[in-house]
Amino acid sequence: MTTTLALQIGWGTTLALKTVIVLAIIPLGALVLGYVFLLKMMSHMQSRLGPMDPGGFHGWFQLVGDGMKFLQKEDIMPEQADKRVFATAPAVVVISTFLVFLVIPMGPDLVVKDLDVGVFYALAVSSLSVIGVLMAGWASANKYALLGALRAAGQLIAYELPLLLAVTGVVVQANTMSLQGIVYAQQDGSIFGWSGVGNPFILTQFVGFLLFVVAAQAELTQTPFDMPVAESELVAGYMVEYTGFRFLFFFIGEFGTATAFAALAATLFLGGWSLPWVHGDAANWLGPIVLFVKLMFVAFLMFWARFTYPRLREDQLQALAWKVLIPIGLVNLLVTGVFKVAF
Amino acid sequence: MSTTESPANAPGFEVDRDAIRHLADAQINVELDTGDMIINLGPQHPATHGTLRLVVRLDGERVLAADPVIGYMHRGYEKLTEFRTYPQITTLINRIDWLSSFANEVPFVDAAERLMGVEAPPRAAYIRTILTELSRIATFVLFLGEMGLQLGALTPAFYGFRDREHVLNLIEGATGGRFHPNFNRIGGLKDDLPWGWIAETRSVMSKILTACDTFEDLVAGNEIFLSRTRGIGVIPGEIGAAYGVSGSNLRASGVDWDLRRDGRPYLAYPEIDFQVWTHPDGDSFSRYWVRLQETRESVRMVLQLLDGLPAGPVMAKVPRIIKVPEGEVWAETENPLGQMGYYVVSKGATGPFRVKIRSASFSNVSILPWLLKGVYVPDVVTILASLYFILGDIDR
Amino acid sequence: MPDDATPDAAPEETPEVAEVAEVAEVATPDPVHEELLARLGAALGEAVVESADACGGLVVRVAPDAWLRVAEVAKGPLECDYLSFVAGIDWMPAPAEGDGDSADTSSPVQPTTTTYGAAGSAGRFQVFAHVQSTDRHWGITFKTDVDESAPAVASWVPVYPGADWHERECWEMYGIRFEGHPALRHLYLPLDFEGHPLRKDFPLLARVVKPWPGLVDVEGMPGEEPAAVGAGTDGGGEE
Repeated sequence: MTTTLALQIGWGTTLALKTVIVLAIIPLGALVLGYVFLLKMMSHMQSRLGPMDPGGFHGWFQLVGDGMKFLQKEDIMPEQADKRVFATAPAVVVISTFLVFLVIPMGPDLVVKDLDVGVFYALAVSSLSVIGVLMAGWASANKYALLGALRAAGQLIAYELPLLLAVTGVVVQANTMSLQGIVYAQQDGSIFGWSGVGNPFILTQFVGFLLFVVAAQAELTQTPFDMPVAESELVAGYMVEYTGFRFLFFFIGEFGTATAFAALAATLFLGGWSLPWVHGDAANWLGPIVLFVKLMFVAFLMFWARFTYPRLREDQLQALAWKVLIPIGLVNLLVTGVFKVAF
Repeated sequence: MSTTESPANAPGFEVDRDAIRHLADAQINVELDTGDMIINLGPQHPATHGTLRLVVRLDGERVLAADPVIGYMHRGYEKLTEFRTYPQITTLINRIDWLSSFANEVPFVDAAERLMGVEAPPRAAYIRTILTELSRIATFVLFLGEMGLQLGALTPAFYGFRDREHVLNLIEGATGGRFHPNFNRIGGLKDDLPWGWIAETRSVMSKILTACDTFEDLVAGNEIFLSRTRGIGVIPGEIGAAYGVSGSNLRASGVDWDLRRDGRPYLAYPEIDFQVWTHPDGDSFSRYWVRLQETRESVRMVLQLLDGLPAGPVMAKVPRIIKVPEGEVWAETENPLGQMGYYVVSKGATGPFRVKIRSASFSNVSILPWLLKGVYVPDVVTILASLYFILGDIDR
Repeated sequence: MPDDATPDAAPEETPEVAEVAEVAEVATPDPVHEELLARLGAALGEAVVESADACGGLVVRVAPDAWLRVAEVAKGPLECDYLSFVAGIDWMPAPAEGDGDSADTSSPVQPTTTTYGAAGSAGRFQVFAHVQSTDRHWGITFKTDVDESAPAVASWVPVYPGADWHERECWEMYGIRFEGHPALRHLYLPLDFEGHPLRKDFPLLARVVKPWPGLVDVEGMPGEEPAAVGAGTDGGGEE
C-alpha cells in the first residue's frame, strides 16, 4: 500500500521483526512508564526528587539498574510452593500483555495483525492475566498471597464488565470492532459537519472514556483499586513470595499492561496514532510518536489517581463496579444506540 | 534447590509424598467444608509499624478473633529503673514513646520534683510546655500523613514526614537531640533556648497550620478515606475508659477528659487558654479528626506560650547528687498518645525503689481483641492506624 | 457526653487549689480525698485498712478478700470509670549487687531495711492499681496485700476489661496469680521463661554476666599488650 518499507521482505521475516518489536515494547513501555511516573512524577508530587544520580540525567538509569539487579538475585522458591505453577505464573501475566499489543495499531501499516474483532480480542486476552495472578497466589502456599489472589480474581472479573460496556459505546459509534477501523472512524469523522480535527470519541463518549479509565485502573490493580497487592495489609498480595527475575516479570507485566491499557484508551477515545491532516507515509512515521504522546496523557491520569487516593475496601470496590459503573455503562450504551439510530 | 537440611529429606526419614497427596485429595473429596484461616499479621508487617504481632482468625476476609502478641521489643525498663539513678532514668524513658521523647520525660521529672519538693522556675515550665506541645505536633503531623499511607494513599505520608522535619529541627535546635532530647533535669532544664529560636518557631507554626489544611483537604476530605474510616472501629466512651484507652482516642469517643485541663495542674497549662476537642462518633475517622484539631490547638498553644514566656533562670537550686526523700507519688501527663504516668516509690536513695510505667499505647492496644471482632481485614489496618500506637510505648 | 461534662469543669477547680495547699502543709485535709474516703467507707466498711496521702494523691489500702469488691465500688459509687493501671510491688530490700569486693558500684544503694510505702503493707508483695474518673476528674490508688507463700488476688477483668494485660504483666513479673482472669498467659516474656523478673531477688542479668561498666570501650594502640588496657578497669579482665 505504501512505500515505507520498500524492501522485499518475506512474511516470515516480517513476522519475526514484528514479534521482536512487540517484545521490545513491553519492557520498554514498562521502563518509560515506571521511570516517568513511578519514579519521577510521584517523587515530585511528594515534594522529593526521586533518583537523581544513576545515568547522569535525573536518574534515568535507575530502573534499568534495578532490572539488572533483579536478574542477579537468587531465585527463591518457597518449599511448599507448587513449583511448576509458581514458575509459570509471571510468564502468563506477561504473555497476556504481549498478546494485547498484537492488535494495537501504531500507524496505517504499523500493526502486527489488524483483526476484525480487535477490541474483543484485546479485552479477552488482557483478562488472561487473572489466571496468572490466581496461579501465583495459589502456588505460593502463602496465606497473604492466597488472599491477594482471590481478591484479584474477584476484582478483575467484576471490572471486565464496565470495561466492556465502555468499549461497546465506541464500537457502536464506529461501526467496527477493528482497532484500525476505530482509528479511521475518528480520523475521518466530523463534529456536526466540521471535520477539522476528525471526531475523537472522547468528545461523544466522554462517559465511556471515564468508565474505561476507572475500570482499567481496577484491571491494573492500581490505587484506589489495589486491594490485591495492598502493601499495608497483604504486604504485596499475590507477589509476596516472588523475588528476582520472577518479580521483575510481574513488574514488567504490571507496567506493560498499564502501557497497553493506556494505548487502548488512546486508540479508542483519542484517535490513536492519527493526527488531523496527516495521512499516508507521514502518518506511518509520526504515528508511533503521536500514539505515545496520547498514551502518556492517559497514563498520567491513571497514575495521578494512583498516587493520590487511598484504596477502597473489597466490598466497596465490588459495590462500585456492580452498583455504579455497570448501570452507567448500560445507560451510556443505550444512549449511544439511540443516537446511532436517530442520526 | 538443595533442601538437604530439611529433616524430611534426611536419610532414614523418608516421606511418601505421593501418599500424602492422595490422602489430601481423599480428604477434599470426603468433606468440602470451609475452615477458619489463622493468619499472623506481624511481627514484621507494615501495618504494625514495629513488632506487634496480631494472630487473626479469619472466615474469608472477616475477622473472627484477634489476639495481639506483644513483647518482641520489651526492654524491661521497670527493672532497669531500679538500677539507675534519677538523672540516668530520663535517658532511658526517652525511648518509651520515641516519637515524643520529650513528653516522656516530663511526668517522671515531675514525679521526682514533687517528691523532693522542688519546683522548676516558671521559664523552665514554659519551655517544657512548649517542647511538649512541639512533640505532640511532631507526633500528630506524622500520624495525619501516615494514616493515609495505611489506607493506601502514598503521598500524604511524605507530607507528614516533611512537615514533621520542621518541628524536629526546632526540637534539635533547642535540645540538641532530634529524637531523644534528654533535656529535662530535675529542677529545670539543661539550657535556655538558643538565640533566634522563638522567631523560627513562629514561622514553623504557620507551616504546620498550612500542613493541617493540606491534610484536611487531601486525606480527611477524601471520599474514599471517609468511606474507609466512617463507622469503622467504634469505641463507645465507657468501654474505652474501662479498657484504659486514653488521650485523643478517648476524646474521639466523646469523653471530654484532658489531663492538661482536668488533671493535677502541671507545667504552664493552667496559664494558657485552649480548647479540648471531642468527637461523638468514636470511629476511626473521629480519631483522625480529633488529632487534626488537636494539632491546630497545639499550634495555638505554642504561640500563646511564646508570647507569655517569662524571663528568669531555667534551673532551680538542687543538690549536685540528687537524693529523693522516701515517699510515693503518681505523676501523670497528657502525652500525645494518651495518659502517661509514673508511679514512683522512693526509699531515700539516689535511685527509685520501684517505678511503674503507665504508658498510653499499652492500654490503647489492649482493646484490640474486643475491637477487631467482626471487621474485615482491611479494617484491621484502618483501626490499627487510627489507634496510633508506638511499639516502644507498648513494650516498654 | 461532652455537653454535660463542660459544666463540671468549674467545681473541679477546688481540688487543684487544695492540692497546692497540700504541698505547703500536709495538715489540711483534701476535700476530694474526704469525699472519696467517705464514699469508700460507706460502700466497703471494714475492708478499708488504711489510707494515706502520697504527694497529693490518695492511696487506700484494702483487705485482700475485698479486692474485686473494691473494683466494683470504684466503678460504681466512686464514679471511677477509667482504669489507669494494675501493678505489683515487691517490698523486699534489694540484695546488694555482686558479693563482697566486686560489688556493683554503679547502681544506687538502697536501704537494707524493709520499709513499706504509703498506707503500709502486711508483707512482701502488694498489688496496687490506679483508677480515675473521666467525669469528676479525680483519681485514687488502691493497694492490697498479697500473701507471699501463695501470692494470689482476685482479678479485676470482670469489672475493668482493661485489667487483662496489666494483670498478665503483673503475673509474669511478680508471680502473683489473679483468680478469675480469663487467660493468665505470658505477655512480654517468652512462653518458657522461668522466674519473675521484677521480684527483688531476681538479679538484673546483664550485671551478673558482667559487672558494670564491663570492658571499658577504649581500644589500645596496635601491638600494645591487651592486658595493659584492661588492667585498670574493674571486671574487664574476663575477656
